[in-house]
Amino acid sequence: MKYYDKLIFELSKPGRTGYSLPENEYGRCLCCELPEGLKRAQAPELPEVSEIDVVRHYTNLSQMNFGVDTGFYPLGSCTMKYNPKINEEIAAIPGFNGLHPLQPASTVPGALAVYEGMDKALAAITGMAHFTFLPCAGAHGELTGLMIMRQYHMSRGDLARTKVIVPDSAHGTNPASAAVCGLEIVEVKSNANGLVDVEDLKPLLGPEIAGIMMTNPNTLGLFEKEIKEIAALVHECGGLLYYDGANMNPLLGVVRPGDMGFDIMHLNLHKTFSTPHGGGGPGSGPVGVAQHLAKFLPETRVSGFNGNFGVILRAYAYILALGRQNIKFAGKFATLSANYIKECLKDKYKLPIPSICKHEFVYDGLINDGADKAEDGHGATTLDVAKRLLDFGFHAPTIYFPLLFHQALMIEPTETESKETIDEFIGVMRRIADEAAADPMILRNAPHNTPIRRPDETTAARQPILKYGDQ
Amino acid sequence: MSKVLEGLLYSESHEWVKVEGDIAVVGVSDFAQKEMGNITYVDLPDVDDDVTAGEDFGALESVKAASDLIAPVSGTVVEVNEALEDEPELINNDAYANWIIKVKMSDKSELDALMDAAAYTKATE
Amino acid sequence: MAGFAYFPHTGDDIRAMLDKIGVKSLEDLYADVPQDYIYKGEYDLPDAMSEQQVRDFFAGLDAKDAKLKVFVGAGAYDHYTPSVIPYLTQRSEFITAYTPYQAEISQGTLRYIFEYQSTICKLTGMDISNASMYDGPTAAAEAVRMAIACAKKKPRVLLSKGLLPNVLKVVETYSKFYGNPLGYIEMENGRTSLASLRKELEAGDVAGIIVPAINRYGIIEDYTGFAEAVHEAKGIVVEYCDPSALAVIKTPGEWDFDVAVGDGQPLGIPLCYGGPYVGFMACRKDYVRKMPGRIVGQTVDADGKRCFVLTLQAREQHIRREKATSNICSNESLMALWVTVYASLMGPEGLKKVNGLSYAGAHYLHDQLLATGKFQEVFPGVPFLKEFVLKPLVSVEKLQQKLLDGGFFAALQTEEGYVSFCVTEKRTKAEIDALVALVKEV
Repeated sequence: MKYYDKLIFELSKPGRTGYSLPENEYGRCLCCELPEGLKRAQAPELPEVSEIDVVRHYTNLSQMNFGVDTGFYPLGSCTMKYNPKINEEIAAIPGFNGLHPLQPASTVPGALAVYEGMDKALAAITGMAHFTFLPCAGAHGELTGLMIMRQYHMSRGDLARTKVIVPDSAHGTNPASAAVCGLEIVEVKSNANGLVDVEDLKPLLGPEIAGIMMTNPNTLGLFEKEIKEIAALVHECGGLLYYDGANMNPLLGVVRPGDMGFDIMHLNLHKTFSTPHGGGGPGSGPVGVAQHLAKFLPETRVSGFNGNFGVILRAYAYILALGRQNIKFAGKFATLSANYIKECLKDKYKLPIPSICKHEFVYDGLINDGADKAEDGHGATTLDVAKRLLDFGFHAPTIYFPLLFHQALMIEPTETESKETIDEFIGVMRRIADEAAADPMILRNAPHNTPIRRPDETTAARQPILKYGDQ
Repeated sequence: MSKVLEGLLYSESHEWVKVEGDIAVVGVSDFAQKEMGNITYVDLPDVDDDVTAGEDFGALESVKAASDLIAPVSGTVVEVNEALEDEPELINNDAYANWIIKVKMSDKSELDALMDAAAYTKATE
Repeated sequence: MAGFAYFPHTGDDIRAMLDKIGVKSLEDLYADVPQDYIYKGEYDLPDAMSEQQVRDFFAGLDAKDAKLKVFVGAGAYDHYTPSVIPYLTQRSEFITAYTPYQAEISQGTLRYIFEYQSTICKLTGMDISNASMYDGPTAAAEAVRMAIACAKKKPRVLLSKGLLPNVLKVVETYSKFYGNPLGYIEMENGRTSLASLRKELEAGDVAGIIVPAINRYGIIEDYTGFAEAVHEAKGIVVEYCDPSALAVIKTPGEWDFDVAVGDGQPLGIPLCYGGPYVGFMACRKDYVRKMPGRIVGQTVDADGKRCFVLTLQAREQHIRREKATSNICSNESLMALWVTVYASLMGPEGLKKVNGLSYAGAHYLHDQLLATGKFQEVFPGVPFLKEFVLKPLVSVEKLQQKLLDGGFFAALQTEEGYVSFCVTEKRTKAEIDALVALVKEV
């Protein structure tokens, strides 16, 4: 990667053109006919650049980016698996791209078959009855699922159920989605093993509880083995169980959330089903429900048209490639890789919970952070480990999440990485730990080899420059 | 170790109060500013806003955290420290010299619920 | 198992890894799962397909869909996509990256988001844009909560009845569960009524209003007096805009509005049966702390080099958790890149031309359709841009079927019983003439 310091606006020169459009043959003129009071006074100051300027600029920008195609991306909770290229080809089919979302059903049997096929496939994989494909992301799916939960209670006239239980280890989106859905959050604690504390849960249950949101395996990568009892308790009190599918990957082809007693769930097609993350979207967060809730699916109009069809196409192509034969190995290989890394590094990094993990696990920082070798007495932190990894061509793990540990370092390798790649990562992680013990400043000043070094985030927030021309 | 100033009263949520007659001068403790790290923004109430003891009246933001400011006493805001709008780092520089709001108290007995310096020192150990 | 292209594990690898972990089999890795939850059945999925089978399967589905010339808008507009855009946005460094949390190796994403924010600000005349949202309707729904958060203690948000039906529906769904009351502003001769707004404001409980720049009839709204009325009532005005049209029509900034939202789809994003598109949201700088979604800002690195980072994150859901007024965690980054590349290629002149061609084509079609005698004008003399409604004097069903049979998707029926048409620069005069010829036969 090399540093490149232009903005497209800085390449602009008045009179340059990057477009090619037909001539106006209608004899009508917008500029002469539009009333003055409705006109924009001055043209927007957009870049005026030629086609090659645009192509070179964005090619240069891309070369300052790291993606799954660049290298190993062990970002916990994000399931950065390989994005198959046939999926991109399918999503680019011109016919699909030309369909207007309001076209009559009779003109789009192919597109509708994609939704039907995906509904059936996801139902088979999860044990749910049906899915809505309108949500555009995981958090959007959570909100949609909670709407269905509330709609269920409201339809029964059970208006007192306005609280939802969320474990303290939950993704930050869980409480935020609940708040946006008009629900009050009740937090349930984790026990010493990192699992939902059933004894802490019991007194929270009652006639005001709409349900519980659970991630299983949870954000520590641990399977909530008391799920049977939790499901029974929540159902007994009249609540529903919501499954946050962000961590579905280790269960892919092994365990179905529907069989564990969950009533509602979302999936992240951009995690479990291999669609690319696109630098932060577009994703897709379909929501599945048990049969008794299927009637509420059409009432949750949470996006403009039919959801992210282009993403759904990619996921369907992935499922068809997996088929019933390969799906049985997806979750297992993800779990195998995670446990292997966990065992190979536990003599260098603190492992707070040593049990078998699922697709990911959490270290709580370095065992020897080298504090005794630093003049100021500060050793290398999890942030420093993350930054040093960048020097070796690896993306960093997720850091400082979950909040249960101060130096959390969360690693998720996925099933698409080879043993050789994983061993190389392990070797680098060991080397970094040794560096920290010998001279923590190497880590504290990292990264050294990236296009930029650590940015000044404090100044960015205190004196925000948020667009071209602010200064 | 964070600094605790004698002669001030402290809340469990790390605000301090200096009593000047009917007026409570309110800020956050040195412990709070250290926990937050570099403060990047102070969300201030408006003059004449009513505040209620135990409820939030504003917020502090740092690069990676946000913390509500909780009113230690009830009353009406009579003055806000406008210097914090442009220089939120003043709180990092000296949390006690840089107050946040002044409140005309409606119930001075609420002060009894606050800690003195010794009790607060113990609470933050 | 037979080899599979996406799984690199060999038998030897698996054995070596299991040995290191100290378990005997892959199944042992699930010993903590209650065994009756392990799915023992055969998954009800098709047999695994080879890549060629996958390709043939989707080619088969694609062949079933009619390939129509689109003369409908209603929130999704068939503008031309320059070939440069898919070429660049498919670069794997862009498409296979995650959210740019590690700024040191994400300057590509961070820079284009900064350019995207700048582009949205230039188009809307607003000070600050976020890094994008799911789509236009959800951006409008987010704006409702933003208005309530800005207004302190005033709960109600007014919606113009001229907003697109799918925008109203999504906002209503969100509001039903968030629990905030909504009100409506009536239409008057095809435009949002100032008198109706004034009447609603009298209640004193209005946090803000959402009005369309171009409404569901395709009409360009005239908001003289709106900003004053709402600001006097201490509320904020949110305008729902077509960002392409903002290159030529009066902007939310010029109307003195506070927030601009909308869908970026008209900026060269293909119809793609409804998505992925990209929602945008921009505001005056006073409201930045209340704006949801991530934001990228400029700063310098440890060596003083210009660089870009995610900033003002203390507003976001992962920090606010249950105190959040939005749960949005991602954006539609790649689609933000899409519209940024589009706006760069087009520039101010190209966008003006796109609007000019769409306007001219739509007015030509409008006049030709009226000349057939099969329609009546609904709002004579009220200016529209690229979309318009007419009152049909013939059977809508027959009209639509005739057009479908001729290869046109047109004459979308509205809730009011009108039919709606839209023309973009992608439509040719020959296509319009062919469409009109079919109408004459109805």
